[in-house]
Amino acid sequence: MMQAGVLDLYGPKWRAARRRAADGASITRTLVLGGVGLLFWSAVFALVYRMLLYFRATPGIGELLALKLLGLVLLSLLAIVLISNIITSLSTFFLARDLELLAAAPVDGLHIYAARLLETLIHSSWMVLLMLAPILGAYAVAFQAGALFFVVTLIALAAYLLIPAVIGTAITEIIVNVFPARRARDLLALIALLGLGAVVMLFRMLRPERLARPEGFRNLVDFIAALDTPQSVWLPSEWTAQAILAPLGVGGSIDVFPAILLVSTAAAFFVMGSWLHGRLYPTAFTRAQEGAERRDGEQRRTASLEAMLSGASVTTRSLVAKDIRTFFRDTTQWSQLILLGVLVIVYIYNIKVLPLFSGEDVGFFLINVVSFLNLGLAGFVLAAIAARFLFPAISLEGRTLWLLRSSPLRLSSLVWSKFWVGVTPLVVLAVALTLGTNLMLRVSGFMMVISLSTITVMAFALAALALGFGAVFPKFDTENAAEIPTSFGGLLYMMTAVAYLVATVVLEAGPVYQILRAEASGSGPGTAQWIGLALGLAGAVALSVVAVVVPLRVAVRRIESLDH
Amino acid sequence: MIQLHGVTKTYGKFTAVHPLDLHVRRGELFGFLGPNGAGKTTTIRMVTGVLRPTAGRIVIAGHDLVRDPLTAKRHVGYIPDRPALYEKLTGTEFLRFVSGLWGRNGDGADRRADELLELFELLDWKDTLIESYSHGMRQKLLITSALVHSPDVLVVDEPMVGLDPRAARMIKDLLRAFADQGGTVFLSTHTLEVAEALCDRIAILHGGRIRAMGSMAELRSEAAAGTAGLEEIFLRLTGEEHVKELVAAIRAGGSAA
Repeated sequence: MMQAGVLDLYGPKWRAARRRAADGASITRTLVLGGVGLLFWSAVFALVYRMLLYFRATPGIGELLALKLLGLVLLSLLAIVLISNIITSLSTFFLARDLELLAAAPVDGLHIYAARLLETLIHSSWMVLLMLAPILGAYAVAFQAGALFFVVTLIALAAYLLIPAVIGTAITEIIVNVFPARRARDLLALIALLGLGAVVMLFRMLRPERLARPEGFRNLVDFIAALDTPQSVWLPSEWTAQAILAPLGVGGSIDVFPAILLVSTAAAFFVMGSWLHGRLYPTAFTRAQEGAERRDGEQRRTASLEAMLSGASVTTRSLVAKDIRTFFRDTTQWSQLILLGVLVIVYIYNIKVLPLFSGEDVGFFLINVVSFLNLGLAGFVLAAIAARFLFPAISLEGRTLWLLRSSPLRLSSLVWSKFWVGVTPLVVLAVALTLGTNLMLRVSGFMMVISLSTITVMAFALAALALGFGAVFPKFDTENAAEIPTSFGGLLYMMTAVAYLVATVVLEAGPVYQILRAEASGSGPGTAQWIGLALGLAGAVALSVVAVVVPLRVAVRRIESLDH
Repeated sequence: MIQLHGVTKTYGKFTAVHPLDLHVRRGELFGFLGPNGAGKTTTIRMVTGVLRPTAGRIVIAGHDLVRDPLTAKRHVGYIPDRPALYEKLTGTEFLRFVSGLWGRNGDGADRRADELLELFELLDWKDTLIESYSHGMRQKLLITSALVHSPDVLVVDEPMVGLDPRAARMIKDLLRAFADQGGTVFLSTHTLEVAEALCDRIAILHGGRIRAMGSMAELRSEAAAGTAGLEEIFLRLTGEEHVKELVAAIRAGGSAA
């Protein structure tokens, strides 16, 4: 009797993904995603190409620098891909709904392993491949690559991505053997976020903005040349870099050893991985089916939460208490606070390293202008936070909408309760951030008042926009709250939020500039300047009111019309 | 107590429920049967206000569900088929949340929740997160939540799924007692024995239309089925030929192997 092969097992997933893509395709979606993607690719390509041209013009160490740069990129991506594989393999090997069917079918365990490994690899690596495309494209153009380069690159990348997929899957199988699958998922989500937070912080602390200055490239050469990394000789990323660049003639004659080492290591890892899978998977899969252990809710905190909300109506109290409880008990939700912390630290660090107080006296004019621009940046931070916490709010209700829709609850109450639960901490954070950074910038009282009131209004508008877009573009088919903001709707929300921020800053910037200039000249602002300011502020407030009212109304209408 | 006047549901060009008229009286246990895809769940979701009908009126306890949804919904308790619950709430918190949605709170609501939890043998699990509950426990919690706000109307979609015989018996007794005490039950089920034993009247839905409606005696005469049971009547009204063909196909497959 014929057995189902790897492609037979992966086939349904592939066809489902193609249908999903075809169903979701619309001109707007394609244009927006294509436009953003093209912009990103062009920027990366231009940057890398410029660097490579510079390297090529550096006699002696130019090619070595090109190799080191690719090695560095591949090493960083290897870490990200490994984390991504660990997370993805938990779903593909233990939580997917079709596993029971596969477990009951007369299919060779090795075939299941290979099919699931392929699925894990594709899910966790496609983004990295998209990221690598413009980088490798820049190498191809800068070094005038031939066909061999592309063939070798394809083979090398396949081997390069297979290794972390095997390791990630093995780590997950070991973890699930120790913890129940649900607990393991919480643990892995936490590890991933901590890892991501650490990467963002490290990147920011490297102060990449220094490279943007004219003398920056000299520093980059020094920086990369100084990176003495003998240990990377043992890393697949290094072999991949060497294998890919060999057809370009980097490093003299064509050396096939790195390519052989890479491919044979990947093959050996696959063999070891499948052996380990055979040993670990049966017990791990059984454990994963046993479900979570009995977990109780915290009664003391629950009681104090009820007391805190005693002033609100019964329905609002129920909704708010439920939202707060589920937020702090769901690791995929509360762990987002780690990213928020990183974002805030990076933001404050950005203000701290501004060269405003380095030596000579800087006029209050410049500081005030910077503090005004700071509003836009703070607004962006708030938009990102709202995307993480408010955008998913309606999606997370998707599976339980049957209860809300069948209850005598006004859907507007649902939307307003979500809005207040989200906007309250957002306003507190917005005011604290702006107050703190304004104090660091030593701004005038006038700017302090303008920026604090603006950021407060902005927080309301950004929260409402996030909720509105989240309702119009819900993602009901996920249990992971962290996945929701990365959808197409999340991207549209961020674009709209940035457009709103720019419009608000532009509306206020002109009149504020006129007043600051009048103050700096010593004559003081006149009636015309004050009228200008009043008009600018009125415009900003009107825009913000629209940004609050329209999305919330749209959200209510959208939930009412959901045939879910 | 429940009135449907020309209730229709279409999805694009597909009509899931053709104009439907029926009246379920106070104190009646009404069975709603039909093969898969007949439009039962769609009708139930319209009756509970989860879906809006494309056309027609639904009146619950004298209140129009579209014009005055909040008052109409206050009378209804809904037990859906395989629903999602809030995994990160405890049983008590979930019941308190549901009570809050129906505008009830305080000691009275908590006491009612505890009584129901005890009745369904969930009291030991009341402070445990729902994610730790078994399928049967979830089903029991769901039934508890539909009763916690003391509704006049119970709308039930496949209540026996995942329940052990003891719990299933308890549900049957509970639904009968609820109707005997003046409550109204709108029950959709595939378990024909349950419908035959419990229901005062039964409607058989097929292809989005009611094929037959009435008491068991009325259904027998409508299907010209003599003294046949509900299963026989159901098959006659919903296409017996398909079942015969299926059995023949399985037999042919078995002999080929």
